[in-house]
Formats: sequence, C-alpha cells, structure tokens
Amino acid sequence: MINFHEVTKHYNSITALADVSLEIPDSEFIFLVGPSGAGKSTLLKLIIREELPSSGRIFVGNTEVNKLSSSQVPHLRRRVGTIFQDFKLLPQRTVFENVAFPLEILGLDDDEIESVTKDTLALVDLEHLADHFPGQLSGGEAQRTATARAMVLRPEVILADEPTGNLDAGSAWEVMQLLDRLNSLGTTVIMATHNMDISNSLPHRTLEIQKGRIVHDSKQKGTKSPAAKKKHS
Amino acid sequence: MKNLQRLAKISGQRITRNPYHALAAFLVMFFTFFVVGAFVLVSFGSNVLLHYFESRPAVTAFLKDGTTTDKVKSIQDTLAKTQVVSKTRYVSKEEALKIYKERNKNQPLLSEFVTADVLPASIEVSTYKIDDLSKVASILQKNPDVEEVVFQQNIIETLSSWTRALRNIGGGVVAFLLVTSLLTTLIVVGLNISLHRDEIEIMRLVGATAGYIRTPFIFEGIFYGAVSAAVATTVLWGIIAWFSPALQRIFSGIPLFPVSPAVFGYLLLFEIAAGVAVGVIGSFVATRKYLMV
Repeated sequence: MINFHEVTKHYNSITALADVSLEIPDSEFIFLVGPSGAGKSTLLKLIIREELPSSGRIFVGNTEVNKLSSSQVPHLRRRVGTIFQDFKLLPQRTVFENVAFPLEILGLDDDEIESVTKDTLALVDLEHLADHFPGQLSGGEAQRTATARAMVLRPEVILADEPTGNLDAGSAWEVMQLLDRLNSLGTTVIMATHNMDISNSLPHRTLEIQKGRIVHDSKQKGTKSPAAKKKHS
Repeated sequence: MKNLQRLAKISGQRITRNPYHALAAFLVMFFTFFVVGAFVLVSFGSNVLLHYFESRPAVTAFLKDGTTTDKVKSIQDTLAKTQVVSKTRYVSKEEALKIYKERNKNQPLLSEFVTADVLPASIEVSTYKIDDLSKVASILQKNPDVEEVVFQQNIIETLSSWTRALRNIGGGVVAFLLVTSLLTTLIVVGLNISLHRDEIEIMRLVGATAGYIRTPFIFEGIFYGAVSAAVATTVLWGIIAWFSPALQRIFSGIPLFPVSPAVFGYLLLFEIAAGVAVGVIGSFVATRKYLMV
C-alpha cells in the first residue's frame, strides 16, 4: 500500500505537486497521466525518496518515506524497482551483468546471482541476449533489460517513468505486456505516461495530474477525465 | 568479502579505463615518495654520522708530568659526577707512545727518537650531548693537574646544525609534497566521480548504500598511494645500492654504507603506510565533496 497524505512539493517558486492525497493498494496497476511538467515524475521521485516533500507524509507499506534516514533509503529502493524512459543501463556491462547488478550490491554469492538473473531474464525473454551490451540492443530490448533489472530483487512496487517514451509502437506494446504480466504476479505497478493511447490500452486505474494536482481518478466512478472531455468535445 | 572483491574489481576497471588520470596521480605521488624516502635516508645517515662523531673522544685533557694514578682517578670521578659524560679513558705515556708509533709506522725515523717521557699522559672524554663539551672542558681547564685541554666542539656543532637544518628543510619539503599528493588524489578521484556520474546514479537507484558507492573510489586512492610509494622506495633502493661502493670509499671508517636491507624494509613499510594514508584521505575528501550520496 502506498499512501500520500496532503503532499506538496515546491521547487523554489514552482509548485510541482499541490496537496496530493492518494491511496494505492497492493498489487494495483496504476497509470499516471498528464502533460509534461504536470508533476508525474515528481510523484515517482517522492516515492523512492529521490526528493523530499515540502509538506505532507508519504508511506510505502508501513514505512514513512520522508522520515527515513539517508542510510535507510537504499533499503527502501530495494523494495521499489524503477524503470526510466532512457533505460539507464550501464553501457560497459552486458545484459546479464546489468540485471545482476542489484544482486551484487546485496552481496549474494555468484551461484545465487547466476540462478536468479537467469530466471529473471527468462521472464522477460532475454536469455539469448545475456552476453550482449546495451549498445547492441534495440530500444524494446533495452527497456526489457531495464525492467528485468528493476524486478530482479522481486520488489513490492515497480515505478515506470515514461518507459515507452523512446520506443516504437510494437516495442511499447511488448513492454506494456511485460508490466502487465508483472502486475498479475502481484507487483504493484505505477506507470507515468503522457500517452493517453497507452493508458487506454489496458483496463487499469488512471490518475490524471495537471499542474501538480490530481484532476481525475478513474477509480472514483462518475467522474470524467478533463483530457477525455477535451477529446470528446 | 565477496563484495570487497567486487568493489576492488570496479575500482580496477575505473583505473584501467582512465590510464592518463592514473598515470598523472602515480607520477606525482611517486615523486613525493621518492623525495620523502630520500630525506628519510639522508636524515638517518646524518644521524649515524653525528653519532659517529659524538662517540669519538671529543675532549682531550693532557696531564702534567708526575700526575699520580689517584689524581687521575679523582679527575675521572669529578667528571662522572656531572652526569653528562658518557665515557672517560686514561691514556698513559706508554700508551701514547704506542699510538704515536702506530700512526707513524711508515716513517720509522719519526719514531726512533721519541720516548714515552716526551709524550704527555691524557684523559679522553666523550659526552652524551655535544652541548656539554664546553662544560667538561671548563672543568678540566680549572684542574691544576691539567696542562692543556683540546676539544672539537666546532666540528660537531657545525655537523649538528647542518643536520638540524636538513631536518627542518626536509620536513618542509616533505609536508609540501604530501599536500600536493593529497590534492592530486582529490582531483583525480573527483574527475573519476564526475566521469562515472551516470553509473553512480544507477547504483543509488538500485539500492546501493553510500559505503558501496564510495568504496571503489577509496580503493582507487589506496592503489595510487601504495603503488607509487612501493615503486619510489624500490627505485631509491636500487640507486643507493648502485652508488654504495663509491660512497663507501668516501665515508670510509663510518658505518654508513652499504645501507642495511632492514633500513629499506622499514622505509618501504613507512612509505606504503604513508601512501595508503594519503590515498585514503584524498579519496575520502573527494567522495565527501563530490559524491552526493
């Protein structure tokens, strides 16, 4: 369960999030939609404590994120996997080594790392590319590698910040199916996208953010998204 | 343990991927530790030299003819009471003749007409500190049985002041070079942090602790310090060994050369410890300053 209680985030005079309250139950798949600069990425950064809120409280499970000491932050980040638009893969490491990286950080022995990494690569259908370097991969393959790295520690939550932003339609669909499969295995997935077609392609809860405020939550029945209204008018 | 191996590997990769940075850091630190080692050896040598001269009889009191053994004993007791005297030795007329003959054995004509009666008996005195030589000389000069007092205070004082100056200048140069090495480590590690910014960001995002991110950079600093110190000491060792036969002739009679391998062993340990300290401090400051973890 992820909870936001009246969370506000300012960057100097700019308000990125304004008084956001939100509840995301375990195992939910949720789309954060809205235009660029709406506050989607800020919301994700607050969950992994990459940013601190200006006011309000954030919980991941029973952990109050904004009260964590800096030495506790790595433990939170092992519970929350992250995927980015630009993949953020280590170019000098192979696909296998990139995926194995979080396990190395945990100090697991080589046999365990090999076994867990191979299982994870099988899940994203990348075993045949294990020895390739990121520069040799297509966009879709690179994003699947990043997804495998995010899930290798079997996190409770996966945050995906515009994961399909750099991909063609076919690769984007592959990544969406992969995230959907992870969600069906019990992982909470929060995906930020400005592409309404993507969010409409799957029947999941959608939160629309504009100018730092949640203007629509598809979970609350009877409300209509401003973006959808605009589309219909 | 496994993690330390992995972190050492990351550190090694970073060093080999930026060979020019590594070379710059190595050369600056090599120069520092070469000069540090040279000053340590010169300081050690000057101490040996000073000790050699200090342990020679520094004050010689020539006694009047007819000075009895009791009076000699009395003079020696007076000197012992001052507690500044390390050794006294009575040289009788016969011994003086023996020494004279030994020194002039290649010129028998000079020895032929000299008898023990012609040469004065003497007391040779050594002190713990050269500063006490004049005090001892003054005591002896006041003694009615002493004919003449000769002492080599000037030679030893000059040597001592040179040794002090050498230590002070050496200390200053070494301190300056150590600070330079520290700053070089800081800059090189800082540059590497900057080059690996993306990698560090990914490490943070996948849950690496601050210690895990910092450690390869600390290892890098230790590597530069330890390797340059070890190489500098080895080169110094080679140079001294090469010139040892010639230096042995110049300093004949003074136990300076060849320098014992144990001295170089201690120097190697000292330099590596200093190198590791410089590497750790430099890289630690760099990670504190440039790593926002």
